[in-house]
Amino acid sequence: MPPLVSLEGVRKVFRNGTLALDGVDLAIAKSEFVSLLGPSGCGKSTLLRIIAGLVEPSAGSIRGREALGGGRIGFVFQEPTLMPWATVWDNVYLPLRLKGESRAGVSDLIGRTLAAVGLEGFERSYPRELSGGMKMRVSIARALVTSPELLLLDEPFAALDEITRFKLNEDLLRLWQAQHWTVVFVTHSVFESAFLSNRVVVMTPRPGRIVADVRIDIDYPRASSLRTAPHYTELCRALSHRLAEGMTA
Amino acid sequence: MTDRALRILGPAIVGLLFLAGWEAVVRYYEIPWYVLPGPALVAETLWRDGPSLLGSLWVTVRITLAALAAAIVLGGALAVLFAQSRVLEQSFLPYAIALQVTPVVAIAPLIIIWVNDAYWAVLILALIVAFFPIVANTTLGLNSADRNLAALFKLYGATRWQTLRYLRMPTALPNFLAGVKISGGLALVGAVVAELVAGTGGNETGLAYRILEAGYRLEIARQMAALVLLALTGMAIYFSLDGLSRWLLSHWHESALPDEE
Repeated sequence: MPPLVSLEGVRKVFRNGTLALDGVDLAIAKSEFVSLLGPSGCGKSTLLRIIAGLVEPSAGSIRGREALGGGRIGFVFQEPTLMPWATVWDNVYLPLRLKGESRAGVSDLIGRTLAAVGLEGFERSYPRELSGGMKMRVSIARALVTSPELLLLDEPFAALDEITRFKLNEDLLRLWQAQHWTVVFVTHSVFESAFLSNRVVVMTPRPGRIVADVRIDIDYPRASSLRTAPHYTELCRALSHRLAEGMTA
Repeated sequence: MTDRALRILGPAIVGLLFLAGWEAVVRYYEIPWYVLPGPALVAETLWRDGPSLLGSLWVTVRITLAALAAAIVLGGALAVLFAQSRVLEQSFLPYAIALQVTPVVAIAPLIIIWVNDAYWAVLILALIVAFFPIVANTTLGLNSADRNLAALFKLYGATRWQTLRYLRMPTALPNFLAGVKISGGLALVGAVVAELVAGTGGNETGLAYRILEAGYRLEIARQMAALVLLALTGMAIYFSLDGLSRWLLSHWHESALPDEE
């Protein structure tokens, strides 16, 4: 089966001369949950934006993106990035409104999506009335409402407390198992990447490049008890080691 | 003391003390009424001449509101135009600024020569004073849209119009309203200054002309009564626009949220 998206020799030089990415080859298969793991400044967010088509690479090619236009890609930012003047319902309605869908025609769909992320009863709330975790749920609902084939998440839970982050990790996995979109998840947390993904791509900075590509062979569903299981901690140790190796190389 | 009580009681006490002091000074030094009338005389004049002054006030208010409406439409449209292209904005902005910083009293005689009708001349002058805060604030707001939200709009293939309507305009609403609040006061100032320069406003005379007229006749109390009316009008315009702004932003903007308990 051909990969959903593949990048070859991708290089990105910013206008100020910084070499953000160099020689990145990456093929993402359908239904994979891939984490891009690395310290800040390693170009992982830039890579995600290149996959989304928000940033053009300076060199190299991307294949498969043409088939993913018009709402087939969902994007979740590190900040919830909600419109403060709009209710939860209207924020989730945004991608559909931009496609020209009427309110009445999508009301069931939005109801189902809000229920899936645990936001029933908050339809008429405004973002400022919600906690950080709830705002992030709205952001995820907005990304999911178009039934995307590819879901891109840019350190979405980095600003949340640990308890909320664990809960959202588990909810995200549950949704992924039910829907099986393809996920690319940017994170700087070894533990988060190992808990969520079936593949971790390790990146290092200056210039940003891929130094390791690790399969995580732990069966889904993954319960929260996994966080303390010996084989999980062993895996995290191995990943940290790869990351440290890449940094000193 | 609650915040509400303070907002009413504080100014009321300051006002009463000021009026009492004024009346006392006038009586103690026996200042003649044609130099400085006491507040009691001004109030009496306001009561007696009120109906006639209100007619003139209505002329001024009508021009003020028409100028503000025109400033909102023209200023808003110009800001949207500026926000479409940096070239347009950079090319026209210096001229908008030049128009703003040239004192309206200095432009007035020219406009009065060019525009035969006094009503239109005054309206145009008030508009010139009022439109800039709306243009400047709204342009700033339209260009302040969240970068990530803009990226999201791009990702979903939003048209230029959709991005303007659903992202940039709502983002600019608080700035636009701040501009309108400033312009409301300026429109009144512009209308009064223009009337002062234009002299008579044709068949109908505005309040500014009545102030001039009363001054020539040494009717200082009437002059001050007219001033009181103008001040009250300016405050009424400001507080209505402030209320409108709070109401429109009540759900989301920091400026309109109640204080934290």
